[in-house]
Amino acid sequence: MSHLESAALTLGGLDDLARRHSAVHGLDARAKTLAALAFVVTVVSFRKHELSGLLPLALYPVGLIAVGGLPASVLLKRMMLAVPFVLAVGAFNPLLDRAPLVHVGPYAVSGGWVSFASIMVRFALTVMAALVLIATTGFAQVCAALEKLGLPRVFVVQLLFVYRYVFVLVEEAARMVRAHNMRSGGRRRIGLKVFGSFVGQLLLRTLDRADRVYRAMLCRGFDGKVRLADRMEFGLPDGAFVLGCIGFFLLCRFCNLPHALGTAILEVLR
Amino acid sequence: MSHHLVEAQDVHYAYPDGTPALRGVSFRITHGESVGLIGANGAGKSTLLLHLSGALMPTAGTINVGGYALTKDTLAQVRRTVGMVFQDPDDQLFMPTVRDDVAFGPLNMGLTQAEADRRAREALETVGAGDLADRPPYRLSGGQKRAAAIATVLSMSPAILAMDEPTSGLDPWARRRLLGLLAGFAHTKIIAGHDLDMIMALCGRVILLHEGRVAADGPAGEILRDGALLAASRLEKPPSLQACPICGGH
Repeated sequence: MSHLESAALTLGGLDDLARRHSAVHGLDARAKTLAALAFVVTVVSFRKHELSGLLPLALYPVGLIAVGGLPASVLLKRMMLAVPFVLAVGAFNPLLDRAPLVHVGPYAVSGGWVSFASIMVRFALTVMAALVLIATTGFAQVCAALEKLGLPRVFVVQLLFVYRYVFVLVEEAARMVRAHNMRSGGRRRIGLKVFGSFVGQLLLRTLDRADRVYRAMLCRGFDGKVRLADRMEFGLPDGAFVLGCIGFFLLCRFCNLPHALGTAILEVLR
Repeated sequence: MSHHLVEAQDVHYAYPDGTPALRGVSFRITHGESVGLIGANGAGKSTLLLHLSGALMPTAGTINVGGYALTKDTLAQVRRTVGMVFQDPDDQLFMPTVRDDVAFGPLNMGLTQAEADRRAREALETVGAGDLADRPPYRLSGGQKRAAAIATVLSMSPAILAMDEPTSGLDPWARRRLLGLLAGFAHTKIIAGHDLDMIMALCGRVILLHEGRVAADGPAGEILRDGALLAASRLEKPPSLQACPICGGH
């Protein structure tokens, strides 16, 4: 199986997790989506060099993973897929910002390294929160929730279709790659010349596919409006979940918990 | 006027690039008939089916479906009358879950969510796929996809079922199961395909297309046994009607 195919399969695997049952899975999709959005905003809103203040926020994904009974290793593996992008974003920080910021024993740590660490922690937190959201809710339900929360339908439908057909597209591309490799005389790289027609083929096939899908939609009375199923119920527990989460995020944001805890312990020891 | 009537009168169609696909096709299919549409590649089967679903309009001639002459104004009624099952289920299953997909048509018909859900459940039960409701379509096997695709049109309770190669890509067991399912439907059926054994099993009547014209139209038993006629249209007798390759007998 090619890398492409296995990557697509891993992507789809999250939806399987969403079909489990737990207290977290049972919450309304809107509640979980709102909480995840608030979480991401909170994480991003911290100052550039903040590190310790971010740590308590890990409780949110960790808590959901624990209560939702999700396999942490599977989620961690998915998270790693995004690591190269983040490394590219943060890689220059240690080079550009060399002024010492903190001292750990005899060593001085530059601001660049601290902000680099901060970026990595933020990445881990936000990506994990998104993965947990999908794994406890399902992609389609998240889209439906976004629509209910006011995201224009065009974007929602766009997202749904991308998610639906990315698998078909990957399969098609993988078949073409396989056919190429069978007759390429051992060369696995697709040459530039072949690549052009390869991508063109894929585009044409995609256009054909789009045509057929549209036809199938018309046959079933499509009139320009996708009516998403509405089976959501926002109850008391959902409200409590959102408020509880936001309360916790605000607490973490405006009160450095590790610092406060450290001070309190020192007070007691004194 | 019957909802189940399909009539074509001297239908001509040429693709935009000028390639003629249909050159004067006429037939009349009445209530409850099960008709096999056969012909070699390029004979015009798929083009004809596209007309019945209103995806293409004849360049000349008329098509009448369920009492409505096919025009731009009657498209909605025609599409509600004909349930079209496409060859590739991936084209037909575009919603995030099977349940959403099967409820897509009913919701477009203006039914309430509860009613659409009920219809979706019933349609899925009918094709024996009740347990697939919450699955995303891309995680289904070929046979499951086909069953779900059929459910998506059943939920709209069409009077006429039109299918393009319904058995393609199915293993023998899934194929047999599908045949049993289709045989149980009381709808008027129009089934296009190269699986002539399937046509034998399901259709009492066969329309043989050759180069855009109706080469023969009559009882399936007669046409599918007529080796000379089939050969003239670049087809062969269905395997079940050919001599046994081992003993040479019949």
